[in-house]
Amino acid sequence: MKQTPTSPIYGLMAEFDNPTALMHAAEAAYAAGYRQMDAYSPYPIEELAEVIGFPKTRVPLIVLIGGLMGGASAFSLCYWCSAISYPVVVAGRPFNSWPAFIVPTFELTILFASLAGVFGMLALNGLPLPYHPVFNVDRFSAVTRDKFFLCLEAADPMFDRTESEKFLAAQHPDFITEVPH
Amino acid sequence: MHQGPDEKTLLQDVLEPGEPPVLAPGHTFGTITDKITSIVLRRPLGLGWTGAAFIGFVLINGLLMAVTWLFLRGVGIWGINVPVAWGFAIINFVWWVGIGHAGTLISAILLLLKQTWRNSINRFAEAMTLFAVACAGMFPLLHVGRPWLAYWLFPYPNSMGVWPQFRSPLVWDVFAVSTYATVSLVFWFVGLIPDIASLRDRAVNPYARTIYGLLAMGWRGSARHWKRYQSVYLLLAGLATPLVLSVHTVVSFDFAVAQLPGWHTTIFPPYFVAGAIYSGFAMVLVLAIPIRHFYGVEDMITARHLENAAKIMLATGLIVAYGYFMEIFMAFYGTNIYERSIVHTRWFGPYAPGYWSLIALNIVIPQVLWIPKVRKSTFWQFIISMDVLIGMWLERFVIVVTSLHRDFLPSSWGMYTPTRWDWMTYLGTLGFFLFAMVLFIRVLPMITIFEIKALLPESEVEPAEVEA
Repeated sequence: MKQTPTSPIYGLMAEFDNPTALMHAAEAAYAAGYRQMDAYSPYPIEELAEVIGFPKTRVPLIVLIGGLMGGASAFSLCYWCSAISYPVVVAGRPFNSWPAFIVPTFELTILFASLAGVFGMLALNGLPLPYHPVFNVDRFSAVTRDKFFLCLEAADPMFDRTESEKFLAAQHPDFITEVPH
Repeated sequence: MHQGPDEKTLLQDVLEPGEPPVLAPGHTFGTITDKITSIVLRRPLGLGWTGAAFIGFVLINGLLMAVTWLFLRGVGIWGINVPVAWGFAIINFVWWVGIGHAGTLISAILLLLKQTWRNSINRFAEAMTLFAVACAGMFPLLHVGRPWLAYWLFPYPNSMGVWPQFRSPLVWDVFAVSTYATVSLVFWFVGLIPDIASLRDRAVNPYARTIYGLLAMGWRGSARHWKRYQSVYLLLAGLATPLVLSVHTVVSFDFAVAQLPGWHTTIFPPYFVAGAIYSGFAMVLVLAIPIRHFYGVEDMITARHLENAAKIMLATGLIVAYGYFMEIFMAFYGTNIYERSIVHTRWFGPYAPGYWSLIALNIVIPQVLWIPKVRKSTFWQFIISMDVLIGMWLERFVIVVTSLHRDFLPSSWGMYTPTRWDWMTYLGTLGFFLFAMVLFIRVLPMITIFEIKALLPESEVEPAEVEA
């Protein structure tokens, strides 16, 4: 793993037991000037990403591009096969009998858009990623059960081992811990 | 901060007085996770599970024998011959694809319509879709005669210098069904990722932890990840919605684009889609009722879910009834004597018992669901669902066989009788479906953990404190 030797730890993590407390802490951290941070929750909380400064995702654009590519390639395939490479008169229809090509075009539009969306989402999320520093915290396994976490990362210019811990303590978490690399 | 009304209504669950809730009270984030993951991780196998898996396994072996014999001897071992060249293979293909429709309808269309009750039944309904489509896919592949050349169906550059006939509904079907299977699979898997992470974090067995860890791909519930995740999940639902309607439409084109009386009608696409959802919801009920009973998840799959599914069955059943009625009406309203003759053949011909049974099973008997007492009784829901599954199978039998066995020329009429190999193959796919379902219940969470958590009142962020 590539690691920055500047900081001995990945960050500081605070644990909360309800979504409201996490949201409150995340908002306070953003207001205090922290940018390199992440919030973790057992289920999606709609506003959380915006609170930590991540308002927009490019996933819809990727899906659109995938869909357009799927549709264009499917229609080109039908046209090229039926009108150029292997032209055969079937039932007196023209070689470019485009209404009949709509079905494969539609299907491949959906297929490419879906696959682009799923692989795009995984790629943007950097998954699969079996190792991540947050997994070094034992209590973090509760993130898939019932706990909510906020991690201030050491890479942030605002980060200071003592000051950041004081800041997190002021948010009344259940628990604060260092996240080793 | 964005707090649109959409997200709020998604989480709210407005109840009429006396209506059972989507999730029984008394649950917390922790109990939901523990309850669902413990079915996979802690619970011993039990006699019921082993018995079901054994029956499925035996039937799969029957399927393997039937397929081996088919490979050795060819499709002549089935009852098909000219004029009825389609027979069981196409009947079962349409029946299985239809059953698959309910899963995508529940996971995609009901998600877009913000029906919160979908959340606890979508996972196993999607699994049901996948296995049903797998069963469906076997039939046309075996029916092509030389299954080892089935890849000729796909457009690929080949030394023969030919390409598939893109004007043919049978080629459309290849695209529709393979797209449907792929999109259903990725939709299902994307939904599973956070729940597999839950299993990973709960698993004690090191092998289980490693396997779930690999499948979860390092999911850690980050807010940025959730944001992209939610985005793609909604988009997939939006894409799957027209897809699910298109699949059975394309299947119906296999019939409707042909010239044969009884097939060549414009009512086929909507009537096929409604029939698919009808049989799909019947299968959902047939699976949900025993699962919730044996695994004690009545608090998550509540009486509300079952009743809603019964209501959808009632509604789609009426659309199907309209389709039957319209076929008959058009035959007598139009001037086509062949069309009229096929209706007559269905009523009084050699397959008339099948036709009248399907009318009874699909249209007459399910009307008892109008009575609230019957609709709310799990016993009757189960009986009616079985009735609909048999009825919808008979519908496909009547559509495929009656039109083919007596077409325009009496000199080319013939009868169709399935052989024991037909039955063995069909029962074998039922076994495959059963085996795959019981296996799924034991290795993956059958109820979506993270979506159920979002149904809890404490999952909402209290606005007053946020603004503080």
